[in-house]
Amino acid sequence: MRRLPLNLWIGGTVVGILLLMALFAPWIAPVDPLKLDLPARMQGPGGGHLLGGDEFGRDIASRLIYGARTSVGIALVTTLVAVALGLVFGTLAGFLRGLPDRAIMIFNDAFLAFPGLLLALGFMTVFGASRTGIVIALGLAYMPVVVRLVRGTVLSVRAREYVEASRVGGNSELYTMVRHVLPNCMAPVIVLATTMFGWIILSESSLSFLGLGVPPPAPSWGNMLSTARPHAAQAPHMVILPGLCIAMSLLGVNLLGDALRDWLDPKMRG
Amino acid sequence: MLRFVLSRLFSAVPTLVLVAVTIFVLMRMVPGDPATLMLGDLAEPDQVAAMRRSMGLDDPVWVQFLTWAGQILRGDFGTSIVLGDPVLPLILDRFSVSATIVLASVLLAVAIAVPLGILAAWHQDSAGDLAVIGSSTLLLSIPSFWMGLMLLLVFGLELGWLPIVGYVPFGQDAWAAARAMILPVVTIVLVEMGSIVRMARASMIEVSRLEYITHARAKGLSERAVMWRHAFRNAFAPTWTLIGLVLGSLLANIAVIETVFTIPGLGRLMIDAIYGRDYPLVQGCLLFIAFLYVMVNLLVDLVYPLLDPRVAE
Repeated sequence: MRRLPLNLWIGGTVVGILLLMALFAPWIAPVDPLKLDLPARMQGPGGGHLLGGDEFGRDIASRLIYGARTSVGIALVTTLVAVALGLVFGTLAGFLRGLPDRAIMIFNDAFLAFPGLLLALGFMTVFGASRTGIVIALGLAYMPVVVRLVRGTVLSVRAREYVEASRVGGNSELYTMVRHVLPNCMAPVIVLATTMFGWIILSESSLSFLGLGVPPPAPSWGNMLSTARPHAAQAPHMVILPGLCIAMSLLGVNLLGDALRDWLDPKMRG
Repeated sequence: MLRFVLSRLFSAVPTLVLVAVTIFVLMRMVPGDPATLMLGDLAEPDQVAAMRRSMGLDDPVWVQFLTWAGQILRGDFGTSIVLGDPVLPLILDRFSVSATIVLASVLLAVAIAVPLGILAAWHQDSAGDLAVIGSSTLLLSIPSFWMGLMLLLVFGLELGWLPIVGYVPFGQDAWAAARAMILPVVTIVLVEMGSIVRMARASMIEVSRLEYITHARAKGLSERAVMWRHAFRNAFAPTWTLIGLVLGSLLANIAVIETVFTIPGLGRLMIDAIYGRDYPLVQGCLLFIAFLYVMVNLLVDLVYPLLDPRVAE
């Protein structure tokens, strides 16, 4: 057993805190994140509110904690959607090969031909700015990366001897696939899912910042930054704090992703 | 070599067709009837029916697609519902703004990040290397819009050195235009530097472990000659590909920077079109950016053999 590396510790701790904040938001948050307190408008940290008030005097500390719930919730669901779809199509392509593989990969390559947020913006046009809209848009936009990884891994794993052994032993193709091929594809998928979780937190906050994500008044770190922008001069804390939360989360997820990659999949180290 | 160029050029065609089909399908999925959207909610049913006919909405889908693709090929991207102007000139006008910022930023980011990554690799595991790799991981974790807002807060509001809003066209006042571009460009440089530094460093380390480097050293070449003449040329290829990807994804993500600094660029045009349900304009922006991305990648691939001649064989 190797010693756990430092980045796994730091990344794991940050992500752990993030998950706890998301899970227990109603118990941790000092007050209701939507409660107006007009005298505390744009008040700095300290005073009546731990981290100050926003443009309507709503408690920023509570909004940040509920914002974690929003961001982490959306990112978790979206990652699951992308990974599930990616596993299904990637396995089908790698397992059936031939025509289904060609068909799936044509669609996949079409999606991959779009840069960055562009495909997600296209989907947001169709599905509208809402939580469901974000999950569908980002889930579909990130799915192709998973499809490509899973297909490649399935193709390489199915050529191994233990897969051949299972087939020779009289097991059906399907049994061999589910029992022997898929489990051996999971390590790279887990590494990708961790990194993807970070990308999705960033994408969701970008969309919310652009006004195409989580609709106000529900707090998300992205829409908090967006509404804070015009007040940056009078209340800099309104701009500093939500961004700090996003940056800390991304740093944690990136460190955890790097550590998991080194740990689970030494071949991918670069 | 010629075969490589031709095959690469031809392989871009199906990609462009797929991108066009995806966008066509996407725009068909938009809820609501396009004819009613064009005419507004108060239109009479027979007006809508006439509009549907003139828009070709009653034709079979594949006829609609071919008509549409034909128009796109002739440069007719339709007319903006909200602004009433043809879509393509609108896009090109705003694109010149975004392109200036993106190109300046990427050039600057590469000029700083690549030498930094190479130096870090050459002094692997030194204190300097750790500082470089640590700060690039940190930079990778900072969202561009927050980086922009923080720079705005410090250099625009607190210190008052640079303008906080407003975009000035270069033709109007070059000095003011350059000043207004400093913060957006610095923001993008800082945000994009992280990944380029890490890539340059990683591929340089990989190359420096190869035998021909040991051989070059054994031959008695100076460290500098080994590094630049032998290691750098082979190590740069993966970074070159990454630069293409960064350039392309910036074309889509520039909307965020343009929002922070109130710059009337292409990204902002698209976001406003999405807000205003101006579907012809949204479609035009999607097509334009996606096509541009395919073209950037094509260009990157065509230059690649100059860095690594093995690819062309």
